[in-house]
Amino acid sequence: MDTVANKESAAEADGKDTTLIYRQSRWTRLTHWIWAFSLFFMLLSGLQIFNARPQLYIGKQSGFEFNNTILQIGAENTANGPRGFTEIFGHRFDTTGVLGWSGPPGRETARAFPSWATIPSYYDLGTARVVHFFFAWILTTTLLVWLIAGLVNGHIRRDLAPRMSDLRKLPRDIVDHAKLKFHHTREYNTLQKMAYGGVLFVLLPLMIITGLAMSPSMNSVLPWLNEILGGRQTARTIHFSVMVLLVLFFIVHILMILAAGPINELRSIITGWYRTDPPARHNQPTERSV
Amino acid sequence: MAKFQISRRKFLTSASLGLSGIMLSGCDAFDSGLGVGDGLRSFLENANGLTWRAQRLLAGRDALAPEFTEADIRQPQRPNGVTAPDDDTYKGLLANNFADWRLVVTGLVEKPLSLTREQLQNMPSRTQITRHDCVEGWSCIAKWTGTPLSLVLDQAVVKPEARYVMFHCLDTIEQSLSGDIKYYGSIDLIDARHPQTILAYGLNGKPLPVENGAPLRVRVERQLGYKMPKYLYKIELVDSFANVGGGRGGYWEDNGYDWYGGI
Repeated sequence: MDTVANKESAAEADGKDTTLIYRQSRWTRLTHWIWAFSLFFMLLSGLQIFNARPQLYIGKQSGFEFNNTILQIGAENTANGPRGFTEIFGHRFDTTGVLGWSGPPGRETARAFPSWATIPSYYDLGTARVVHFFFAWILTTTLLVWLIAGLVNGHIRRDLAPRMSDLRKLPRDIVDHAKLKFHHTREYNTLQKMAYGGVLFVLLPLMIITGLAMSPSMNSVLPWLNEILGGRQTARTIHFSVMVLLVLFFIVHILMILAAGPINELRSIITGWYRTDPPARHNQPTERSV
Repeated sequence: MAKFQISRRKFLTSASLGLSGIMLSGCDAFDSGLGVGDGLRSFLENANGLTWRAQRLLAGRDALAPEFTEADIRQPQRPNGVTAPDDDTYKGLLANNFADWRLVVTGLVEKPLSLTREQLQNMPSRTQITRHDCVEGWSCIAKWTGTPLSLVLDQAVVKPEARYVMFHCLDTIEQSLSGDIKYYGSIDLIDARHPQTILAYGLNGKPLPVENGAPLRVRVERQLGYKMPKYLYKIELVDSFANVGGGRGGYWEDNGYDWYGGI
């Protein structure tokens, strides 16, 4: 189902020296869009859940009589009226309008993440939990399906597994990305492998593990999990930090797609077909026809 | 290769357009259908039933919640929710140091009970240092002492058709047009008979303070804090909680929290 096929005719008709190849299997495409959809809802419901306790701690418990808070988003009254603030490792920033104190002019309220970034838009922890856990099941199941499909059809071994040559290409790859110079080939480049592999094999599993570590019932099944992670509140802090990394990945992902040619990139993740660079000018194996 | 290149200006323009589109997509577009009882929400809530079954399968009846050491008790147990009931009944009982307070066990039992504090405290007790996890996200470690709920249930002899333990409390959690709503909640018999499920009268080596639920509160260590009612006075064995409150099994459940609080 995942064979590499070439479609020369379209390119020839255009008089261009490019090739359409079947780059993304249906498993990759389907799981990609389910993840995109699920992660959107998980993020917005997750921010709502965070709003119920907009503080992050390190350790087994939350310090009320001692200080183990590393991040806090809040609101305070000042001479200039209420202001929102964000405090990270003791450094306080005024984040009025976005974090801590936000809303339509004249109707601002004290809330950690603003209304437009949460589901539901109003404060509702119970509903956010319903949405969050529903999509947690979808996301986890999809990741498992992808893992099995990727091992069976060779996607993981062929496209994601890092090779020695990737390490060799890394410096050049970084320079090319910095110059917004993109090569369109069947293979992922080194930075792509690192980004996709990092999300699929590190960030998402870590998200699931730290999520489970926060569940009191799962703590009775896997009591060692929180000990490895450094306690339930540390697990919660990791869960939040991984969220930040996933959002950063998303922003870079979108920017790279825009920079590399959004039509071509979108076509490959919707239909599977991807237009590669002219092989002659690329100095690499020219034919991968079946 | 050149034809795939885009200019830096074009790149930055399209990038900022894309980002502002994402920013605008939030707001209240996803609020509809999510109210308690709405079709979409009821569909999404199925996942919680799945979580309940999955965690029951994994944890079984007796897997214990982690217990901690004295060194982990670094602060008083954080009081939350109602911390000083304003109800006349409660204040009367408190004034008399709960000498007139009784724990009533009723419903689907062979032998209904009415127990004094002394009777409860004379039964075998269990002391455990556990972590209290609030649904909001915070945790607090404390030492709880109390009577295992299973012993009370055995004394009352639960009828085979009973499926849930309903807890009725003395504190008013909400004043509504149709009258005061006192806190109520429920767990199933598996959690009720769990070795760490106790009716706690002691906290950190002292009698349970008012702000933490005196004279008696429930500890269900494999679930979140809202499943552990304070100011307890009546335990009712039921085969369904459809007729209690809004029918979802508890005060917070009727306000949108999931009945199963293991996650």
